Amino acid sequence: MNPLFGKQFAVDLAREAVIRGASAAEALLRHRVEFSVSVRLGEVETLKESTDQAFGLRVLLDGKQASVSGSDFSIEAVESLITEVIDMARATSADDSAGLPDPSEMATSFADLDIYDPEIAELPTEQKINLALRAEQAAREVSPKIVNFDGGGFDSRVGTMVLANSQGFVGEYRGSSCTIATVPVASDGDRMQRDYWFDSRRKLRDMDSPEKIGAEAARRTLRKLGASAVGNQNVPVIFEPNVASELLEDIFQAVSGESVFRKASFLVGQLGERVASRCLNIVDDGTRPALLGSRPFDSEGLPTRRTVVINEGVLESYLLNTYTARKLGLRSTGNASRGLVGAPGVGAGNLILMPGSHSPEQIISSVKSGLYVTELIGFGVNVVNGDYSRSASGTWIENGELTFPVQGVTIAGNLKEMLNAIEMVGNDIEFRGSITAPTVLIGRMTISA
Amino acid sequence: MTDNKGIGFFSERYGLTERDIDRLLAAALEKGGDFADLYFEYRISNSISLEEQMIKSVTKSRSQGVGVRVIIGDKTGYAYTDLIAFDSIVAAARTAAHIARNGGLTTAAGVSVSPSSHDLYPVEIPVSAEDLDRKIELVMESDRAARAYDRRIREVQSTMADEIKHVMIASSDGKLVGDVQPLARLGVMCIADDDGNLQIGRSGGGGRIGIDFFEGQLKPSECGIEAACQAIGQLDAIDAPAGKMEVVLGPGWPGILLHEAVGHGLEADFNRKGTSAFSGLIGERVASELCTVVDDGTIPNRRGSLNIDDEGEATTCTVLIENGVLRAYLNDNLNSRLMKSPRTGNGRRQSYKFLPLPRMTNTFMLSGSDSSEDIIRSVKRGLYAVQFGGGQVDITSGEFAFSASEAFLIEDGKITVPVKGATLRGNGPESLKNVTAVGNDLQLDKGVGVCGKDGQNVPVGVGLPTIKISGMTVGGTKL
Repeated sequence: MNPLFGKQFAVDLAREAVIRGASAAEALLRHRVEFSVSVRLGEVETLKESTDQAFGLRVLLDGKQASVSGSDFSIEAVESLITEVIDMARATSADDSAGLPDPSEMATSFADLDIYDPEIAELPTEQKINLALRAEQAAREVSPKIVNFDGGGFDSRVGTMVLANSQGFVGEYRGSSCTIATVPVASDGDRMQRDYWFDSRRKLRDMDSPEKIGAEAARRTLRKLGASAVGNQNVPVIFEPNVASELLEDIFQAVSGESVFRKASFLVGQLGERVASRCLNIVDDGTRPALLGSRPFDSEGLPTRRTVVINEGVLESYLLNTYTARKLGLRSTGNASRGLVGAPGVGAGNLILMPGSHSPEQIISSVKSGLYVTELIGFGVNVVNGDYSRSASGTWIENGELTFPVQGVTIAGNLKEMLNAIEMVGNDIEFRGSITAPTVLIGRMTISA
Repeated sequence: MTDNKGIGFFSERYGLTERDIDRLLAAALEKGGDFADLYFEYRISNSISLEEQMIKSVTKSRSQGVGVRVIIGDKTGYAYTDLIAFDSIVAAARTAAHIARNGGLTTAAGVSVSPSSHDLYPVEIPVSAEDLDRKIELVMESDRAARAYDRRIREVQSTMADEIKHVMIASSDGKLVGDVQPLARLGVMCIADDDGNLQIGRSGGGGRIGIDFFEGQLKPSECGIEAACQAIGQLDAIDAPAGKMEVVLGPGWPGILLHEAVGHGLEADFNRKGTSAFSGLIGERVASELCTVVDDGTIPNRRGSLNIDDEGEATTCTVLIENGVLRAYLNDNLNSRLMKSPRTGNGRRQSYKFLPLPRMTNTFMLSGSDSSEDIIRSVKRGLYAVQFGGGQVDITSGEFAFSASEAFLIEDGKITVPVKGATLRGNGPESLKNVTAVGNDLQLDKGVGVCGKDGQNVPVGVGLPTIKISGMTVGGTKL
């Protein structure tokens, strides 16, 4: 065994674990080159560069499972961890559902999903700094009320993932991503407000211009100035796209096999049932070219795919890895996700709340009196029973028009009812993350102030 | 001495001498700069996870690395390597030095070992070095106790996570310090199921302690019972009220209020940049005179305590708010130099992969004079909240939210029915002005807190006596 980063080492690591007594093993190698610059008020604030690599090894001993990770690639360190992990596994409980996927399910060919951009790796530091400064400058130029910045910058990552298991799977892919963000602070002389905007993509050429990002960040921040609370009431609520994406993340938690097999989701036992309004369609697709959630195989070596989760309000599929699928008597949907250690969890590919036919303006104009939500804080979402209560900021809608900014309120409801109360879905979808949603109108929620 | 133990670990394991460290600091400053430091870390982390009455997973991670930082004015360059070897650290130092490409000439003072000021966690055998079977037994004990509490407890998840972290910090001002930091935490989550009515309860605890902590001070069975009791209690919860009302927070973990409402807003980086709702308010009244709030990194064996922060500075007890008046911000090296204010030992980082930032340690309010019974009795209609999930704050507007997971209505001075989980919201500089009673029963939390900032997580503690706040928004559904 030669511990050099690459497919051969991953294969050898899994094989060595089996030679030493494991009934099955899975090795993961990760290599990353990261760059990050933060800027503030026209100057570089921090500059950070790094390269790191690490390996993880999961072993099974007839249903008993343990895992280890290390970043020391010396032969002594690697061999010592292999010995330790087998001893650790002996101390755990045998679980019939634990284990590697069936070889027939593993990926055998790998599509080129266009997720690596050499331009990101090659971009000179000066240009990266410049992209960050341009975004900030664009935000400053919008208004003298943009008085400060809480941060902003350019980040990039280029990484390689190698996965191999003792059942013969071996795969490798390279990916890249970059982000430009800026966080303006606005003041009307009385109170300060902050917001942000960003873009994040696999490829540099897909990014919005820094000028567009900066202008949007300024617009979002300025519209919060002078915010006040409104009275307690039940009204329609519109989630703008980035807030609707947070709702989609909550739905992901509820359809994730990890919550479902534990019966810790309000969507347990409802496959084939109507769980939402007809205008709700949710798809997970890990194969869309050049998107942040795309990759050729999942963390157990299964091919990624397109899974319809909710179709016209009907729950069609949960998102599963091998373990949760076995627990539920279903098939994996290729959504295994793992870190260096631990049993694989469930992760989305690109989770998409599919766009509807209405423009955001049409949706706003349909509301007589209600709240257009642009920011949520707090963690008051309980996916076990659906209880939902978060602090919100946004803009008040009166007679179909956006009027004054709102802050200092909470919105509350229950996810079961909220999903059924979705009345309109916007056509305004943009892929700047792996969880993506357009504008959504929920018929009724409780505002408390 | 604890710090020598930390330093000895690195010199023995990696053969680095003080002279090597001087040369590395010189490399970091070869293009100029005001200051440079090296942060060495070696960490072993373990976890044991139980659910469905099975030990489903055990893990062990070994990581090591060195972060090199160069500061010039308010600019910082940073690079790290996961190979603790002279040549790779030199390469990282040269990368970090890029920030100072136009800088002047600075030289590093030769380092020498600095004395330690604390020995807050003299643990003979860290939990990380204990026998796996012994730890598994503790996890299983929590499961058995939770299930025995009520047959409606359908599922129990229990996790023991522990680590041992060796650190060594060397800086261009001549400082060389080290520490060995043990940490362990047991967490239990229960799901109660009463004919489809699903509720969860959580409990846990830990600290910088040895395994005897779980055999005496906090038994896993107590955690299991507490989590089960909470989940079962929520089965009868009614819809939470909506609107502003008097809120009584129970002692201990509800101190997360302070963490969100004032703690983050008092971190020096936001105040130097003028982006916090508390910027420029030192000496001003920001809370009712009943409130004195401190951040204390020096309490023995606490989860948020440290002998030295991650910049090698001894931790301290900092009075943030004294009888309602704002006294100090939480400082790290960079911000204390730029703001010309004293360091408070609050420079912390998740690991060698990250830059240190001003962070909290254990943040709590000192006891007042009221009894908790009197405080509850004084409320006509309000909410009594005793357990919370996470919280979040927008430090610029001051808006914060934290989620009550176990709460009850107070009607005519009596605790009556449990209510469903709801978000409580307030505004940082305003909310503590509305504190109208402070109990005599300060408690620190049991040792489970994790604080996130700029993508970095660090262990923290919080604490609170029973307090009463008027005019806090309860984000329920019942109008």
